[in-house]
Formats: sequence, structure tokens, C-alpha cells
Amino acid sequence: MDIKKDTIRYVADLARIGLDSGEEELFAKQLNDILHYMDKLNKLDTKGVEPMSHAASMGNVFRKDKIERSLSSEQALKNSPDKKDSFFKVPRIIE
Amino acid sequence: MQEYCKLSANQLKEDIASKNIKAADIASSLISRYDKVEPKINGFAHFDKEILLGRADTIDKDPKGPKNSPLNKVPVVIKDNICVENELTTCASKILDGFRPPYDATVVAKLKSSGALLAGKANMDEFAFGSSCETSCYGPTKNPYDLNRIPGGSSGGSAALVAADETVLALGSDTGGSIRQPAALCGVVGMKPTYGRVSRYGLIAFGSSLDQIGPITKDVTDSAILLSVISGYDPMDSTSVDISVPDYTKSLAEDVKGLKIGLPREYFIEGLDKDVKERVSAAISVLKELGAEFIEISLPHTEYAVSVYYIVGCSEASSNLARFDGVQYGSRENRDSLMDMYKATRKRGFGPEARRRIILGTYSLSSGYYDAYYLKAQKVRMLIKNDFDEAFKRCGLILTPTSPTPAFKIGEKIKDPLSMYLSDIFTIPANLAGIPAISIPCGYSKEGGLPIGLQLMAKHFDEETLIRTAYTYEQNANWKKVRPNL
Amino acid sequence: MSEYLTTIGLEIHLQLATKTKAFCGCQNKFGQSPNTAVCPVCLGFPGSLPVLNKEYFLCAIKVALALDSEVAEKMKFDRKNYFYPDLPKNYQISQYDMPLSKGGFIEITIDNAVKKIGITRVHMEEDAGKLIHDEKEPFSYVDYNRTGTPLLEIVSEPDIASPDEAYSYLVCLKSVLSYLDVSDCNMEEGSLRCDANISIRPKQQKELGTKVELKNMNSFKGVKRALEYEQKRQLETILAGEKIVQETRLWNEDKKRTEPMRTKEEAHDYRYFPDPDLADFTISRDIVDKIRESLPETPQVKCNRFKDEYNLSEYDASVLVMDKPLSDFFEACVKLYAKPKYIANWLIGELQSYLNEHNSEFKLLSITPRHLTEMIELIDKGVINNKLAKDILKEILSTGKTAGNIVKEKGISQITDKSAIQQLAYEVLKENPKVRDDYVSGKKNALGFLVGQLMKKTQGKANPAIANQVLKHIIEKDKT
Repeated sequence: MDIKKDTIRYVADLARIGLDSGEEELFAKQLNDILHYMDKLNKLDTKGVEPMSHAASMGNVFRKDKIERSLSSEQALKNSPDKKDSFFKVPRIIE
Repeated sequence: MQEYCKLSANQLKEDIASKNIKAADIASSLISRYDKVEPKINGFAHFDKEILLGRADTIDKDPKGPKNSPLNKVPVVIKDNICVENELTTCASKILDGFRPPYDATVVAKLKSSGALLAGKANMDEFAFGSSCETSCYGPTKNPYDLNRIPGGSSGGSAALVAADETVLALGSDTGGSIRQPAALCGVVGMKPTYGRVSRYGLIAFGSSLDQIGPITKDVTDSAILLSVISGYDPMDSTSVDISVPDYTKSLAEDVKGLKIGLPREYFIEGLDKDVKERVSAAISVLKELGAEFIEISLPHTEYAVSVYYIVGCSEASSNLARFDGVQYGSRENRDSLMDMYKATRKRGFGPEARRRIILGTYSLSSGYYDAYYLKAQKVRMLIKNDFDEAFKRCGLILTPTSPTPAFKIGEKIKDPLSMYLSDIFTIPANLAGIPAISIPCGYSKEGGLPIGLQLMAKHFDEETLIRTAYTYEQNANWKKVRPNL
Repeated sequence: MSEYLTTIGLEIHLQLATKTKAFCGCQNKFGQSPNTAVCPVCLGFPGSLPVLNKEYFLCAIKVALALDSEVAEKMKFDRKNYFYPDLPKNYQISQYDMPLSKGGFIEITIDNAVKKIGITRVHMEEDAGKLIHDEKEPFSYVDYNRTGTPLLEIVSEPDIASPDEAYSYLVCLKSVLSYLDVSDCNMEEGSLRCDANISIRPKQQKELGTKVELKNMNSFKGVKRALEYEQKRQLETILAGEKIVQETRLWNEDKKRTEPMRTKEEAHDYRYFPDPDLADFTISRDIVDKIRESLPETPQVKCNRFKDEYNLSEYDASVLVMDKPLSDFFEACVKLYAKPKYIANWLIGELQSYLNEHNSEFKLLSITPRHLTEMIELIDKGVINNKLAKDILKEILSTGKTAGNIVKEKGISQITDKSAIQQLAYEVLKENPKVRDDYVSGKKNALGFLVGQLMKKTQGKANPAIANQVLKHIIEKDKT
């Protein structure tokens, strides 16, 4: 199973990461090597095995419906690359 | 000037108590060491003398300070993926350039309460993606034992700073070996606690089901001290476990009589580096003489661990790193359209390894591939965990080398991602199973004098057996510790 | 249209009114200053982690039970991954394959028959922030106050067969939900949002037609209008020999039409996977039973009870129970003054007109049960008549004064004095001789007209029965 450049381009798009054309090729090759190595997983029979999505066994963890202190808008916006008044500012989205 | 920074935390604690040493003096010692050694090591991501002295001053002036805390005035370096309020926390990545979190990680809050002297942020592989500390945007950290070699990763900075005496204690994070492997390569002690033992709140996530914060220290005693302080249930972390924290220093006892230790045949393979083989065998002999019993065990699914780790880890990472998009924090590449802004920001902000892992993770979660990759990997992960459960029915501890080789040269593996991934082959399984593991020094390579590490793995929440066995070995090891020549 | 069948499915997003957000301790309240009800968790700051709000969990189970939806024994949260500035983590914590509950139904009344509309599932997910677009400059602004607000997504089966049924579904759903007191259920305020899917097909065809998704409706009537428009548009398209394009269209309330979305619709690959930061949840049958027992009477049960206990008609009872505060008010009135039918008439008649006129909701009114019963008592005592009462009620609703005080202040008690009425009756008869003759010659309605004239002269204050009696008496007397 071989990954082509356009698969890399499609996946990079999904992940919102820009790539140069040179990188598309390089990543395709590297990913192919890696995925090829991982092919061995398919040879394993995992019928009836539960997937392990948690390493710790806690279940039903909750918090109380009690109001805690929020950040001020200054604190929230402090690290923002672009802001206006109390809002985060981004390039216009076409709707 | 007294070189306080060369002491262990335990020694420093005794000196502080008996000689009434000020935090300011300790800070000065650190700064002096930094000036001498840091240009060679590059272990820090962020180090600010003024802030350090200011902190020391605050500790000294605080009449209500936790004077009886074992960490009072003791310098601790924090890996740069752990949030410290209002301090630069960048995961050694351009995309988080300038980020100052408005909150402390839970472990940092605990350290502050214990009166520890926070001594700067340690360099690391970008977003913890790496085993060599070469992907940092601040340049690579060098191994104090050989400046042409890597210190290991991703907590390479933390390990190197401890080894070079630029700090007394350090915190690292371990997702696939990122505490243990650099500890081994730098000749220091590094522990990954049981998953859920230490809060992840404030740890900038890589693989959420794999990550744990843990201590990197000069000896096992310090490891036990630091672990006791940072452990514990955190209501801010749904994955932290509500089990009481024992006093781990009580496990600092020499006692391995009758302890059954398993040697998994899958780790003692043909072609293991001969120095590693020799040093680990020597350690086994020491423990045998002290009364431990060794049995051969099998962890049959070991060969799949690296594949499972990279699929699960990269999948989780691809989602965890989606938030780095230039909207709320970090650097942004301004463009006219939102889509272009996202793409340019993430292209310029992430290094190649980060982008590679995000793409791999996105691919394995994508429609049509989820079953074959992510789901499959999680099932095999269960098989790997079952291997350990079975093994621990027959033994109380498992012993392996930490790393297949001592430190390799800078630049040697960076162009070959797969070969870099395989250097984690011995440490990854513990993260997959969620069990605790420690790496302790067991000597040096014959040529080059490069540190070699021994790994011990225990059952869930049995850090006590790890500490006791590690301490016993450390106190009876028949090789002499060599300080790096800096 | 009679040759075609319509299939509609509705997707509701309901904001729950817990004190705090779904996964953090920020206050869950509408209308706060931008970016002030935020914290590292709901802002998705690096290193932050979610912890589930227990009250959210319990309210969610309540809703599932009220919809007869089967609550799962095990549920988990999944990450829905996509990039958008109102989504701070660029993934939404939602539920994919192990949601809160599956199945269920809502009963609607359509064409005098009861129809069950199935519910596919109910799941939990966090809300996103709010985007504001700059009018002039090419920028948008984000307010994250709303991120992390606890939502329930309620998906109906495609059982809805007309825009009317869709409207009825929404009204009934709101009625059931308002009984639980877990949400304001207000589309205009955004605590209830609705997207619709609609397709049409020829009667004989088994396969459903191409479906179109509709968004941007802001009221229940808006949903109905949008569906009516779209149904017509699809029919016209098909009759013109063209194919329906599968797409998302936005309802334009001003232009009263649906329009295709301007952005190119990308098929989203959400890459759902279990959220590793949240534990799995086991929902014990004990908890479910306990919550079920604590549920208030459903509208259906209450309706039947009203019919039995207060002898109300099906119609009257069902109108009253539609709105829980109204039905509670009704019962409180009956406790003070035991004339249920009479009280019901006022609530269903005049009060509803007032609400419609002012586009308001019962719970927003400041009328107390005593206000209404006092007014009714005054009618029964003969102090005022029904016409005056209508005016007084309006006054009560707008000023909050009691009926007694209004009567005193405005001196608008009913005129019952026979001699006063007699005087006026003579005047009316003098002014309307032809009508009087009509009555004498057999036109019985003519009397009504005369009574009306007398009422006019007294600005409605005369007691109509007495006026009627007096006029009749005078005319009869004069005949002789």
C-alpha cells in the first residue's frame, strides 16, 4: 500500500498544514517507510480483543456544578496575536 | 562559592537545615554554573537570572515558608512543555513563541507550595516529538559526557542539566521513554510513574493516554523525594487516579531478597550493543548476589510496540496539536483568508518532525483508515498490556536495558525517522501498558565513557518496588560514578 | 403536491441551564461581557483538561427519559475534529458511537389524530463560541463565552411528513422539555437551535428523494416557513425536470427563501476517536430509576388529570398543559376560587390573545393567581361585567394593579341601577325608532342592537342582562 503525493496533500489539508512540493514527496516516502513497517500489525489476529483507550481504570469522574473563578478578558487575550477590544481577531470567514 | 548545585537534593536539604543556607546563595551557585557550562550544553529553553534571583529572594523573605518541606530552596528545572504561570512555556516550538500561560500546571503549584526554587525551563524535542533533543527550535542540547552526542529525548534538556549540575532536580515528561532514555544516556535517574499517578493538568499534551510527568534526578533518593511531592489525585485531571500517595522515601531500603525479577527474552536480543549487554549483565549479577531471583519471561507482543505507539501517539497528537493555529496564542502568519492563515502558521510554526507526526496521525484517524490503523493499534495495545499482566503473575519486577545503545552522534539519525523511532523500543511498552518504570545508571561504555542505563518496570502503582530495588542496586553498584568533564 | 410525499428530519441543539459549563467551572450564563466567562479549559489553552459536570450528566438523563429514549449502560465522549475559529481546540468534545441514549418518541397532534415522531438518539456535546463579522473590514471577532456550554443534540427519525408536523413537533418537544426545567428552550435567544433535513418523492417511490439540509431558522414559525418554501422549491425543481442537488441551504428570513451556502461544501472528515482525556461512563440502572421517579408529571399525564379532576375539555386541557407555568397558574387559581372552567376560559381566551399580541410568553407576565380570581369574583358579584373585565385584565397585565384597585381608581364598576338604565333605555329607544319597530314586528335580533347602543352609551358599564330586561319591558309596556 503506497501513499502518493496527493494523499499527503489531502491529509495535510485536513490538518491545515502547508507543505512545499519538495516536502510532499519527502513526507510521502518517509510515511511509506513508516507505514510499511507498521504493516506487521495487520498480521496479528485481534478478533475479540477490546481496544484499550484508557491506561488508568477510573470511571465516572465528575465535577460539582459549582461556579469557579474565570479569567479576566485581559488574561484571556494576553497571548493573542491579534485582538480588538475584548475580542480575538481573525481574518474574515466567508459564510 | 559553595557549589550547591553539585549536591543532591537530599544532601542540600541537610546542609540547608544545618548551615542555614539562603536560597539566594543557591541561586548564585546555579548562575555561576550556568555561565560556565551552559554555552557548551544548551540545556535550557528559558533561563532568566533576574527571575531566579527574585524567586530566591521571595523564598528567603517568606516567614511562613514550608521550612520542613524536603524541597524547600531546592532548585528544580521544569521541562518546557509544563505550564508555569506567566513564564515562557513554548514546548521548544516556534508556534508557541512568546506564550505565557495564565495558570500553573498542578505539579508546578505543588512545587511552589513545597518551597522549591523553580530554576528555569528545560530544552526538549519540539512538542516532545523525538529521542534526541535535536528538533528543538532553540537548537540541540549536548550530552555532557560527549558534546558531539545527543543527550536523548525528548526530555534531553532536563537530563543534561541534572547531569551537568546546572540544577539539582528536574521534571520531565515521558510518552514513549522521554524521561528514561535521556536519563540513561546522561547517566542520571529518570522515572515514569504509573499512568494516572501524577496529574497531567498543565502538561501540554502529546499522547494523552501515554503522557506522564516524572522526576529526573542525580540519585534514587532524590527521585523518591520528588515523586512523593508531585504525585496525587487531581480533580482537574479526569485521568488522574484517586489512590493515596505513600511516602516513597520509606522504600529507600536495601532489600531484594527473594524478589523475583523477570528478564524478557524479547529485550535481550542478538545484536544488542556489547557495552549495554555487559553493563546490564553486571547489574544482574549484583542483584543476584543480594538475593534477587531472575527468571526468563516472555512479552510476546513486544515487536509490535513501536508501531502501536506511533499510531496511537501520533493520532492523539494530531488532535492535541490542532489548537495551535495562531488564533489565541503563539505566533501567527497573517494572511487574507483564514484557511491560508492556518496553513501558513502551522507550516512555519511546526518543525518537520512535528508536521510529519501530525500528518501520520491525521492519516491514521481519517475515514477509511481508522479501523486499519487506530482501532487496530488500540487492540494490539491491549495485547501488550495483557503480556505484562501475565508476566507479573510470575515476577514482581521486570529488568531490561533502557536503550539499545549509548548516546549516538548529533545528526546521526535525524534524517531517518524510522531508525530514530526504533531507539525507543525498550521504553515504549511501559507507556502502552501504563505501568511505572525507572532508569538508573549502571556504568559507562568502555570506549568513550558514555553512560548506560538499566530499566526496571513494575506493576501499576508499585513504584515502591521500583524504588527499593533501584536503591538497593545503587548502593551496591561496583562501578564508580564519573562526573562529566565540563 | 398531493402526488408527492415529504420526508423531514429535525436536529435540535438544546442548551442546558446548569450553573456551570459542561467541562469547567465557568458560569453558564447568557449575555456576559465578551471573553469574561472563560478559563484555560473552555479556551482550550495548552495543557488544560476537561472534567464532566455532574449536573449536566443528570439533566441529560432526565431529558432522555422524558423522551422515552433508552439510556445507555455505557457511554463515552469522542473528539469531533475540524478547524474553525469558534472552536478553541479545533475539536469538539461530542459523542459518536456510544451516545447518552438511543430511540424514543414525541407525540404530536395533527389533523385531530395523535402521531408518534421517533427520536433516533440524544447525545451530549459542548457548544462553540460566537463569531461576529466586521461589516466593513475583512475580519471576524471571536467571543468564547459560549464555548463549553453544555448541549444536548436531539435527532428525530425522518418520520415528519409536513411542515405543519414539524412545527407541531417543535411545540410539543418544547412543552415536554419545559416541564423538566433544564433549559429555556428559546429559539430566539439561542438556547434551542434547529436544523432540518427535507426531501420529497413521488408517492409510489419507495426510496427517499435527495435531501437538502436547512439552517439559520430563528423561530418555530421560521422553521415551518423555511420547510414550506423548500418543499415548494423542490417540487417546482422536479416538475421542471431538474434534479435536486444535495446541499445545505440557509433560510433567509427577510427574503423569505432558502439560499445555497456561499462556501464550497467540503465533505467533512471528522476523524472521530474516543477522547483520551475523559473516562468512560457507566450509567447504573439505579441512577436511571431514581431520576425517572423524580421526573415531574408529563404534559400528557397532566392533560388527562385536568380532564378528570377539573372536568375540562380535551382542547382546554391540552392548551393549558402545553405551557407548564400556565398550567401551574391555572391550578393555583382553582385553589383560590373553585371555578375551573371559568378560569380556563380566561386563560385560554383573553390571556392568550394578550400574549400573541405582545409576542410574549406566560412565564414573563407578572400576574398572580389572586389577580385573576379577584377579577372573576367581581364579575360574579356583579360589580363588573365581562366586557369591563377584559379591559381590566389588560390593565392588570400592564400595571400589575389589582382588579379592585383599578375599579376604584377608574370608577368603572358596572351600572346595575335599574332606574339609571331605564333613563338610558328611553334615550336609546327615542334615538332608534325604526329598530324598535323592527323588534316589535318580530325581528328578535333588533333587541340586541338596542342593548348594544345602551352599552355604548355607558362605555360598556351597563349590565347587559339588566339592559336587555329593561328595554324589553319598556317596549312591551309601550306596546300596550
